[in-house]
Amino acid sequence: MNAIGIVLLVLVGVWMVVNFVQGPSRFLTVVIIGLTNGSVYALIALGYTLVYGILQLINFAHGDVFALGGLLSATLILDLFGVGSGSSTGAIAVAVVGSLLVAVVFASILNSTVELVGYRRLRHAPRLAPLITAVGMSFILQNIGLYFWGPEYTVIDPLISTEPAFTIGEVEVQWDNLVVILLTIPLLLGLTWLVTSTKQGKAMRATSQDMAAAAMVGINVNRTISFTFALAGGLAGAAGLIYVLQFTTIRFDQGFQLGLIAFTAAVLGGIGNLAGAVVGALVIGFIEAFNEGLSWLSPGSDWTRSIVFGILIAVLVFRPEGILGERTPEGA
Amino acid sequence: MGGARAATREWWTQQPAPFRRWALPAGVIALGVLYPFYVDFLPGTFPGIGIAVVMLVFTMMALGLNIVVGYAGLLDLGYVAFYAAGAYVAAWLASLHFEDISFHFGSVGIDRDAPGIHISVWLVLLIAGLFTTVVGILIGLPTLRLRGDYLAIVTLGFGEIIPQVVRNADEPGIGFDLTHGTFGITPIDSAGFGSTLGAVGLPEVYRSATNRAELYYWTALALLLFTVFCSVRLRDSRLGRAWIAIREDETAAAAMGVPLMRTKTWSYAMGAFFGGIAGAFYAVFKSGAFPADFYFQFSVFLLCMVILGGMGSVWGVIVGALILSWLDREGLAKIGDFIGDVTGSDIDAPRYAFGIYGAIIVTMMLIRPAGLIPERRHRIELEEGVHDTPLYDVQHEGTLTDRDRTND
Repeated sequence: MNAIGIVLLVLVGVWMVVNFVQGPSRFLTVVIIGLTNGSVYALIALGYTLVYGILQLINFAHGDVFALGGLLSATLILDLFGVGSGSSTGAIAVAVVGSLLVAVVFASILNSTVELVGYRRLRHAPRLAPLITAVGMSFILQNIGLYFWGPEYTVIDPLISTEPAFTIGEVEVQWDNLVVILLTIPLLLGLTWLVTSTKQGKAMRATSQDMAAAAMVGINVNRTISFTFALAGGLAGAAGLIYVLQFTTIRFDQGFQLGLIAFTAAVLGGIGNLAGAVVGALVIGFIEAFNEGLSWLSPGSDWTRSIVFGILIAVLVFRPEGILGERTPEGA
Repeated sequence: MGGARAATREWWTQQPAPFRRWALPAGVIALGVLYPFYVDFLPGTFPGIGIAVVMLVFTMMALGLNIVVGYAGLLDLGYVAFYAAGAYVAAWLASLHFEDISFHFGSVGIDRDAPGIHISVWLVLLIAGLFTTVVGILIGLPTLRLRGDYLAIVTLGFGEIIPQVVRNADEPGIGFDLTHGTFGITPIDSAGFGSTLGAVGLPEVYRSATNRAELYYWTALALLLFTVFCSVRLRDSRLGRAWIAIREDETAAAAMGVPLMRTKTWSYAMGAFFGGIAGAFYAVFKSGAFPADFYFQFSVFLLCMVILGGMGSVWGVIVGALILSWLDREGLAKIGDFIGDVTGSDIDAPRYAFGIYGAIIVTMMLIRPAGLIPERRHRIELEEGVHDTPLYDVQHEGTLTDRDRTND
């Protein structure tokens, strides 16, 4: 089995090298697109990994929390701040930061409410029970989005210019891509700090290792889990805003699809592992961009979903612990 | 009232055992078989024959899914893949699709020199079942050793990949027109018994019969009864008991000598078999296989039927599936109109169908996880807790967990 996996990896490597040799500048442009998409996926994937780490639950509703965060921030930008592509840089900055804060708070509350209503009572139920509930929750959230925002795309003006911020050789780095990456990095650093260096983070790690033992040493397990869901939701809300900035459109049902891609990223990196989620998300972002952007033998966007889920299946079959994960007895 | 009830019970217990066992199933089957004859006298809320066919097909799929989810406890979120596989087998083997070939075998109502493969629909149903069984085994073999929630996500992955492959597998996509892309394959040959059997009174070709819908209804009912029969027999078989053992406690089952991989793969294969037959029959009934039908939500819709009725409970799943498929086809629209008439508001209920299914799933899991008509064994499992319940709940000092009550 492992031999097949290695052969597959080698083939992908050859494919990328050939593409690079054929058109280096196109290749690098695609890399930047991949990096941008990957950083949005990373924010969502971290939410899956945080929740999975603590409850061993795939929170299917997470993608829809992201979509609702995105829809809310689009509405805020359109109706509350009322900015468009003609507005001044200051007004746009205020609108972006304001919507970011509101979206983060909203998505945090939403995600911890989902946990409180849906998952808390099922903590000791058979494993399938919360998983099935999560699927149901996802549909409920999607329809909340449908009810308030309707079946059409919510569209905002492109707020950040697509002018090149700087160029490396022939490769242009556009402002919109740069802003996405610049917004994502502090969030990732903040999260790492929170989990590794604060008391709350320590409580989270303890709870994820052993819930009973954590409770015995005085950690309020319920509050820690609520906090984890809030944190995951906050990241999803931020991702929602960043996604809207980048793509300018969002619809109620996009969260599920993106959520699945992000979940794939989390599994690829090693679910439960924060750094892994980021690595996996970047890899998925690159693969998606390569598939849609490269010229030599790339299947194109019709096949993106199949490729992403093919990767998911391949990872689970060949290396269920992911790129950075540790092999646990349960992992296989 | 109390006296009459006691008397009825008294009378019931005095009846011979075979009567008590078969009275209810026989009554339900009779009601089902005669449905086309009395549907016109029922109030308009009851489904017409065309919708009843779809309801029966969905029920069949739900029973197939029930083998995987209900019996073996494996969460399959990609069951729609089997529906797609079955539908396309029917579309390949009984239509004009493959123009370069002309192959006829027992087909009815088709010109002898028409291009394409035309195999008797009855045979196609069987082939579709066997083909999806193979697909199920192929999907199952590499993935079934994964833990429950990973399995769910892998099946979901297949449920997403197969429709996309179907949509892309046309001339521009893969260089060979396998599925005719987004247009789907249509028309598909009609079911029928041909002229030889037609001589003894069986319908020759459904499509040209005046009571086409009724014929499909009875065929669907026969297929459903076959599925119910197999479901019940499988449940009580050695294999079925092994599935339930795995659902309850995988480690214990393995320790008792249940071969996990083989048993799980069989549950997958059996579930796929019925999904494939149902998919093929539905494609024949609709006379087409269209990729737009195979979307993820459909898998969850079927899962919702199983959960509403009661995982593992054959009667429960039938009831759950009939309720939900009726809601899906016309019930929601009718209820929405009714509420709209009463309250004077304008509610577009079918638009929120999947939100409603989601709410049903969540409500059932929280309030009545064993379903409307629970399977006895599964209810015990859910009420008394499972093997991974801790012995002592440290969060609430002094409280005993479920495990202490069960004395195990």
